[in-house]
Amino acid sequence: MASLTNINPSSTDLVRRKKRFSVSSTASSRSSAASASTGDGESHARWRSEKQQRIYSAKLIQALQQVRLNSPSATSSSPTAQKRGKAVREAADRALAVSARGRTLWSRAILANRIKLKFRKHKRQRASTTAIPAMTTVVSSSSSSRSRKRRVSVLRLNKKSLPAVNRKVRVLGRLVPGCGKQSVPVILEEATDYIQALEMQVRAMNSLVELLSSYSTSGSAPPPI
Amino acid sequence: MSNRRSRQSSSAPRISDDQMIDLVTKLRQILPEIGQRRRSAKISASKVLQETCNYIRNLNREVDNLSERLSQLLESVDEDSPEAAVIRSLLM
Repeated sequence: MASLTNINPSSTDLVRRKKRFSVSSTASSRSSAASASTGDGESHARWRSEKQQRIYSAKLIQALQQVRLNSPSATSSSPTAQKRGKAVREAADRALAVSARGRTLWSRAILANRIKLKFRKHKRQRASTTAIPAMTTVVSSSSSSRSRKRRVSVLRLNKKSLPAVNRKVRVLGRLVPGCGKQSVPVILEEATDYIQALEMQVRAMNSLVELLSSYSTSGSAPPPI
Repeated sequence: MSNRRSRQSSSAPRISDDQMIDLVTKLRQILPEIGQRRRSAKISASKVLQETCNYIRNLNREVDNLSERLSQLLESVDEDSPEAAVIRSLLM
């Protein structure tokens, strides 16, 4: 049975071997530690599986090809390196968000942001010029009243209301896309999934960079394995 | 007004201590340094959150660097079409 399933074309076999090599070295060290945790084994398994990385890499390559197609037509010779890098980052994030299959807040926020940003840019430019003097006074008074209210309400024995932890959870919420105004447990769960997705993104992009750089240096011959 | 409303809705479901500890523990296990050296050593939630924020920032920075390298490599590969075709066939 095993021999039947192992009949693969040689090209994909090469890719699989290479990816297994790059994935297992990191996955084996982590999976031994991760296997102890039973609670969120689902998200562990999802972002750390080789299959998920392959799916993501395929989507990433498709997105990158589109980026390549768009950039030469947009400007002649010099979109700055920063802009090109940002375009790649956005494509990678979008592919990552799609791989999440809509189950998490951060992935939905990334996909929704593309559309929102276009409208918000215009709105912000208009609103900021007129409302700046009024906004600054309002913001400062509301923030001071907010901190006063927090100090008063700390008398609850709930850990969540401790100002230090609460503040850090808010900071964390701002780092994870789409979680700026969420409740504490939501932020923590989203952060857990987001970190693992980011780690997979790093692994996939690393292996892609290795592959491409080995091609650009050695010519067209595939590197021996 | 809307600020007050959103604040109330986010703090109204009082999270239990156990739930909080559970979530922070899961987060700690993911973090590279703290989670895997001394598991029994107690660590404050505040520190776990701080490390989480740092870790996310580091990961974002890494992805940005990789994106820049990828964009440079894509520019260089773009010239020879047989190479691009080979790469595409290998990676698909």
